[in-house]
This record gives sequence, structure tokens and C-alpha cells, in this order.
Amino acid sequence: MKPSHRNLPSILSIAFCAALAVAATVHPHWDHVPAKDHARVSPLAGQPEAVAAGARIYSEHCAECHKADARGDGHKRPSLRSEHLRSAADGDIEWFLRQGDLAHGMPSWSSLPAEQRWQLVAYLKSIQ
Amino acid sequence: MSFIPPQTDLRPAAILAISLALFLASSARAQEKPYFVTYSHDLEEPGNLEIETKTAVARPEGSTQYGATALELEYGVRAWWTSELYLDGQATAQDSTIFTGFRIENRVRPLMRDHAVNPVLYLEFEDISGADKTILEVVGHDGQTDLAGPNGDARREHQHEAELKLILSSNLRDWNIAENFIAEKNLGHKPWEFGYAIGVARPLRGQASGRACTFCAEKFIAGAEAYGGLGDTSSLTIAGTSHYVAPLIGWQLPKGVRLSFSPGFGLTSTSLARVYRIGVAYEFDQIGNWFHSADGVAQ
Repeated sequence: MKPSHRNLPSILSIAFCAALAVAATVHPHWDHVPAKDHARVSPLAGQPEAVAAGARIYSEHCAECHKADARGDGHKRPSLRSEHLRSAADGDIEWFLRQGDLAHGMPSWSSLPAEQRWQLVAYLKSIQ
Repeated sequence: MSFIPPQTDLRPAAILAISLALFLASSARAQEKPYFVTYSHDLEEPGNLEIETKTAVARPEGSTQYGATALELEYGVRAWWTSELYLDGQATAQDSTIFTGFRIENRVRPLMRDHAVNPVLYLEFEDISGADKTILEVVGHDGQTDLAGPNGDARREHQHEAELKLILSSNLRDWNIAENFIAEKNLGHKPWEFGYAIGVARPLRGQASGRACTFCAEKFIAGAEAYGGLGDTSSLTIAGTSHYVAPLIGWQLPKGVRLSFSPGFGLTSTSLARVYRIGVAYEFDQIGNWFHSADGVAQ
């Protein structure tokens, strides 16, 4: 049965919402980051040793899902070398690490000390 | 049934446990608080399996020393849901070594974001005997007299229990502060029993080193926990209940093994005077992938 043209707007709306839902599983919404968190500046910015320490933290906690090269598995575990992360402020990434996205499989890393989250941010920004 | 005769020598078991820990020290990692009784809102990462032994060593008044071990298999089903299986056993000097039962528990985070206070709902089913001495929680009027009887008598008592916990936990700067409220019900005829556990912990150093190290301060987490009984529905009082306070230290070894130690001190006459706890944990990463090929197809 062919769909009627009268249903086309509804079908397009559903398809659009579905696309948004799929996108939501892949990328965090930086526009959901509270302004005060978005504006936070890394206290370790510009410190090369923070990148080295962040690399170690990445290998211990993140590489198991996002892979050693941070390119993900091509399925549920997204690549961390992306325009989306390139465009994110340090504060956005730190907020997302702290919050996680439990509904989509990303644990909260609020249990890591804040300094280690900033070290991880330094590493993630360095590989973009 | 006793598996080994009286006058148990615990040294072979200790050597075996240490050997196993060293054998397992290959490539994984773990990062958790060194609590033995208290739960924080940290759940197992999805797809990971952590194997941990929690051993309690104590000597009830008027009885002999014992060592009780819970072997814990913890699996991250989802980022918001962790499931665990415990297998409990104990060895009592001049008595016997016995298996004392199992526990199945589930922990669920109902809120998908991190908040100032993070609730976790906990549901456990226990099928253990009266000879269980792991003291993974203290409820009601639990006391050292419950731990002093001969294994042959105590194991005749079967306990089918449901346990509910409300876990509230916060990460404040580098500190974790966790409060657990416990309600336990013997599914037979007994009343609801209540208990609590409170814990605080923090790493000795916040920043990680850029180089591999074993004895760096950030590899150690220190803290303390307090736990005890709050009576039951027929006698809701702290009179005649047990309470403990226990400093904690956890050490993250280089290749994924985590050790923890806690000397606990009883605060009331019904409590054990001292209980020493030792934990050894190892985490297997993404065990679900072991059963899938690279293209995601089940093998």
C-alpha cells in the first residue's frame, strides 16, 4: 500500500525525530551543558604533562570501549576524534565526563578526582 | 559436611589466594572505593566483570578465630544496572571449613545524570545458613553471639532473606560520601530488620602522574566506614545492637589488581571487639566481546 501524500508531513516528522534520537545516542548535546560548566576553564590548560597523564588515564578507563586509537568500534562506541569534540569547550567535555550518559552506556566519571578529569580533557583535546 | 578436618591450616588457602592475584595481574584495571560494607553510587562499567574476594577475620568472645570469605562476581549489565553473585564460605579454627550460601543482588541507578546526591536502589536475595560469618551487613540485633556457635549447629539454620537498600552517595570535590539504609526480611516468619552503613573516602592525591608508578599517592584511597543495626519492627531500638567503625585503605596495583584492608572496631558489648577485612579484586574488561567476532556477530 502506497502512503498518501497527506501523511507525508507526519512521516517526515517521525523520520526527523528518529534521526535526532539516533544522533542523541552518538553525540552528547553541548547545548545542554549549563552555562557555568561550559565557561569553566581547565586549570591544567597548556601543561604538557597533563596530556601525558591524561593519556594514561585514557588507557586505563576509556580505551576498553573507545579503543586505544580513540576511534571507537564503529557501532555503539563512538569515535572521540570528531568535529563534535573539536568544537567542544573544555568545560563541555569535563561536564560530560562527570555526568556520563547512563541511558546510552556511557558511565559517569564523577568518581575520578576533578584533576584527573581535566587531565583527560587535555588528552582528548590533544588528539583532535 | 566438613570439607577439611578440624585444626584447619589456613596458610595453603592464603598462598593460593595470593598466587591467584599475582597470576591475574596481567592487563586490566579497576577503580573503586575500598568500602567493604558501604555502597557508593559507582556501578560496574557496562560489559565488565569484576571478581573480588572479601575476607573477614575475627574472634567472637568465647569462641575461636574464623576467616569468612565472600567471592563476589560483579557484572555491569548496563551503565545504570549492576548485577552480582556472592558465594560465601568460612573456616573456623578447631571446627571446620564450610560453604555457607549465596546471594544475588542488583543495583539500579534510577536517575540517568549525576546529582549532588545520587540514589541507587538495591535488591538482594540471600540463601545462606546460620553459619555465614562474612558480615557484609549488620542489621537488627545481629551480634557476636550469632558468630560464636559451632558450625555443625549453625549451618542447620537456613535463611532465605530479601534485603533492600537505599544508597545515597555524593562526590564532593575528591571526597565520596555514601549513606546506606538497609531493610532485611527473612522470608519465613521473622520481622523486618534495619541497619545502616556510612562511608567516606578520597584518593591521597588528585592528579595522576604522567609516568607509570606503583607507590604514587594517587594509587591509594583512604577513608572510613561505620555500620550497625537499628533493631527490627518488633523492637525498633539501638539497645542490644552492634556498631562498628573501620578505617579503610585501598591500593590500586599497576596491572589491574586492587587490594583493600580495613581493621574494624566494635563499639558496643554485642559487637565483635575487632574484625579485620582484606579484599582482592580484579576486573575483566568487556567480557561480552569475548563471545563476539570483530564485526559484532555472536560466535
